Amino acid sequence: MQEQTRLIRLENISKEYDGTPVLKDINLYIRKNEFLTLLGPSGCGKTTTLRIIGGFEQPTAGRVIFDGQDITSLPPYKRRVNTVFQKYALFPHLNVFENIAFGLKVAKIPKDEIARRVDSMLDLVNLRSYGKRRVDSLSGGQQQRIAIARALVNEPEVLLLDEPLGALDLKLRKGMQLELKRMQQRLGITFIFVTHDQEEALTMSDTIVVMKDGSIAQIGTPKHIYDEPKSAFIANFIGESNIIRGRMVRDELVNFCGSNFTCVDSGFAPDSPVDVLVRPEDIVIVGEDVGQLTGTVKSVLFKGVHYEMMIEAGGFLWKVHSTSMQPEGSLVGLSIVPFNIHIMKPTEEAPNE
Amino acid sequence: MKLLKRAYLSIILLFLYVPIAVLIFQSFNAGVSRAKWEGFSLRWYAQLFQSPNIMQALYVTVSIALLASMISTVLGTMAAIGIHAMRKRPQSMMMTLTNIPMTMPDIVTGISLMLLFIFSKVERGYVTMLLAHVTFNTPYVVLSVMPKLKEMNTFSYEAALDLGATPGYALRKVILPAIRPGVITGAILAFTLSLDDFTISYFTTSPLVQNLSTLIYSEARKGIKPTMNALSALMFVALLILLLVVNRRTAETK
Repeated sequence: MQEQTRLIRLENISKEYDGTPVLKDINLYIRKNEFLTLLGPSGCGKTTTLRIIGGFEQPTAGRVIFDGQDITSLPPYKRRVNTVFQKYALFPHLNVFENIAFGLKVAKIPKDEIARRVDSMLDLVNLRSYGKRRVDSLSGGQQQRIAIARALVNEPEVLLLDEPLGALDLKLRKGMQLELKRMQQRLGITFIFVTHDQEEALTMSDTIVVMKDGSIAQIGTPKHIYDEPKSAFIANFIGESNIIRGRMVRDELVNFCGSNFTCVDSGFAPDSPVDVLVRPEDIVIVGEDVGQLTGTVKSVLFKGVHYEMMIEAGGFLWKVHSTSMQPEGSLVGLSIVPFNIHIMKPTEEAPNE
Repeated sequence: MKLLKRAYLSIILLFLYVPIAVLIFQSFNAGVSRAKWEGFSLRWYAQLFQSPNIMQALYVTVSIALLASMISTVLGTMAAIGIHAMRKRPQSMMMTLTNIPMTMPDIVTGISLMLLFIFSKVERGYVTMLLAHVTFNTPYVVLSVMPKLKEMNTFSYEAALDLGATPGYALRKVILPAIRPGVITGAILAFTLSLDDFTISYFTTSPLVQNLSTLIYSEARKGIKPTMNALSALMFVALLILLLVVNRRTAETK
């Protein structure tokens, strides 16, 4: 990786509130034009990380490097980043135009240029004729777009977004996800996005940073994190999963539920305990006499695209997604191809809480 | 039953307003006697404006009210912004400390301020009265600005900084416009309180610097002159107007 493309680097960032650590030694770099998502449950430190990049919080230890320069103690108004806040934080005493023009006015841009740039922003967010409207007369989705326009009009190098879609309903949220992604690609701006919604993260991101208890649990592309989660926590947090305690027999052979399964993972010590991850959509239901495991269907739920069945087999309750339904109480065989068995280092916490 | 309700309300209102009505009525009485109506006259009003004592007291009252309300509006607004930015516990502690002076009887505030001035060997007069007025006005300003700050989006200030505004610019262009109604209400409230204060002024000034209420008090001890009726009537009307303005503002901002 070339040094140049690393626009922001967080070096050994720690943060404490009244002696309680909320960030523990975070190391992270963000590439130019990347859509990076900080993903994690509430209280994992993702928003604090974003606020440190924005300059609203000072880290207790560590440095923030922006474009090669240490900006750790630089106040927010001197940073080349802009933020879209949770709940938008529009200025209620200003109209839509004045809200978007705020940053340009501060920068003493000539009036006619302000007008031109604000208008082109209103076009970008599809609110062309809304300039004179009061911001509290707008819907949540429209306020959201104004907040984005207000930040983007300053042509920041980095846009920080703190759960910007959290207050919108599902349908609007899906639409805005696509729109944000489109804007990011068109404008070529680095986006740092904070969310606790794993689906949102998978849809939009180039890179996902999964955070847990103030530390980074895993960094990778959406596909990498979904397919190769490092721990049971990540597997549970991203997508649905079956996680079973198992034992490595030797390379590419794992034992769980009383049977040996061929897998593709190697490098674990023979006979060492492991966590085994199998996604519900990767379990194939076959005839009861040909499966690797035999089990009974305990419950069936219709989920729209597929059925979700809980199947007890080998002393474990498996979650299985399938488009064909097996009636409750029926005996079925389960089959898993080696590629879909993912071996992880065991963690302290109980799998499948 | 309905009649009873009406009668009850009328009696209450009568008790409240008859004394004031009598006062205003008497202020137009041409004679000196309070027992006899001797015809309508603006004589006492004319005398009022010709009395150098009263005009001096009027000047003291109005100038102190203006200065005290301005100073306490600035102090109170800054205090409210500071207290609002505090964390939960120190914030509620500060609010309690702000509220205590308001619940304290005026006479206690007055006497303790007097003792403080005597103790620190400050000669009582115009300046001490002004300081006293600033002291009892400021908590009311804090109290009327605070709800506006609470209504504000917590991130508004940060959003302004994020868009390149310095803290000073953000204060002027984002925070002050958002809390302006509360600041103005606080200022009018402070002005009104200062205008009609007697107890605290009485203890914190010298006999040489009188405001209207302390003047009326010292005149009344010598026997009530009809000019005092006229003066009281004018004060009542002035305060009534201010109160109506404050009530209207608080009703509108809700």
